[in-house]
Amino acid sequence: MATTQINTTINGEDYTHEVEPRLLLVHYLREVAGLTGTHVGCETSLCGACTAIVDGQAVKTCTMLAVQADGADITTIEGLAQDGELHPIQEGFWERHGLQCGFCTPGMIVAAHQLLERNPSPTEEEIRHGLEGNFCRCTGYQHIVDAVQYAAEKMQG
Amino acid sequence: MIASSFEYFAPTSVDEALSLLSEHGDDAKILAGGHSLIPAMKLRLAEPAVLIDIQRVEGLKGISESDGKLVIGALATHHELESSDLVNRTLPILAQTAGEIGDVQVRNKGTIGGSLSHADPAADWPATILALDADLKIVGSGGERVVKATDFFEELYTTALEADEILTEIHVSIPDGNTTGTYLKLHQVASGFALTGVAAVLSKSGDVCENIAVGITGVSDVPYRASEVESALAGRALTADNIAAAAEKAADGVDILEDIHASEAYRSNLAKVYTRRAIEGAAS
Repeated sequence: MATTQINTTINGEDYTHEVEPRLLLVHYLREVAGLTGTHVGCETSLCGACTAIVDGQAVKTCTMLAVQADGADITTIEGLAQDGELHPIQEGFWERHGLQCGFCTPGMIVAAHQLLERNPSPTEEEIRHGLEGNFCRCTGYQHIVDAVQYAAEKMQG
Repeated sequence: MIASSFEYFAPTSVDEALSLLSEHGDDAKILAGGHSLIPAMKLRLAEPAVLIDIQRVEGLKGISESDGKLVIGALATHHELESSDLVNRTLPILAQTAGEIGDVQVRNKGTIGGSLSHADPAADWPATILALDADLKIVGSGGERVVKATDFFEELYTTALEADEILTEIHVSIPDGNTTGTYLKLHQVASGFALTGVAAVLSKSGDVCENIAVGITGVSDVPYRASEVESALAGRALTADNIAAAAEKAADGVDILEDIHASEAYRSNLAKVYTRRAIEGAAS
């Protein structure tokens, strides 16, 4: 089995591994790097549970090969909290009850991170549009929108 | 869902990619953003023995203006096109089309060149590229050639690209301030693909339509220019009645797709309704 060496930085730490080229990035993150916060949901680029930030872009890591991420700077849900303090988006999900079962939450938070980076004070419609690539089957989205609004306000300081 | 095994190459120049492509021929596939190919590989609908990942080829990136044309690198992502100031200023219909594709994550990774080369019958870009009469620059071991958008799409998932060729750039003439365009689609709810997508680009003098081009995707195996609609409106007043009458011809002579999402009759009706609305949008 031919393998390819990849070097990545994930949440500020350097990783080097030999991987099979067909290994998906989501499986690399979970099974090779041991970061299981990024979830495998639909596996068909629809649900967004596997969203991570690769070189500044939120992507569905089930639709990316690990070898494509060679040299990339990756942020996963594990990389958002700093020094034991929740990121304002995580805090928003906590304070505004933005989750029930929690399965979609990592992808939802990472996608919201991209949204607020590009648009720090989004309208409700812009939040819904910005999260259209992430499915939640519990909450009906209202509390997720509230959580992102909470985070936007907090991040604006 | 795990793809079949393949050999992986990551060239850093077009020449290197072309030599890999001529070496491996039909066994190889080009990987750009991967948002059409990787899903197909996971389902094992595509099982290339060799994958040539061109994302590290710098010469295929970027969007620039040159000699009155917008030059779009094949690796420009949908997000780059959606958010580019240059695109929004010169050809806003391209930014509008990009914004209708998939979702944020898909637009961050998927590329215009990859989408055009894959030629999914429900992809968004073909409608707009056809309506803008774009030129597609292609390089291969035999050299470089330019193919008109109207000659590029041949059959379902089949384009004018030969096995040893790569689409490198999309060239679109920047129109004068008198030209307007609108892309309008009906999203398939789960996938976001176009059940019907219509791009209308027109110029007018007073109320009279001078030139009009209408590109339609999602309706047939191959995206097409609705030439019957165009000839019914060119030189005529852009009244609601004239637009509606012309739009009735949107599916004339077209072999219409039928699948679990939409019957032939429904798609035919969608083509007419979305053509009318897209022309109204462009004319307003």
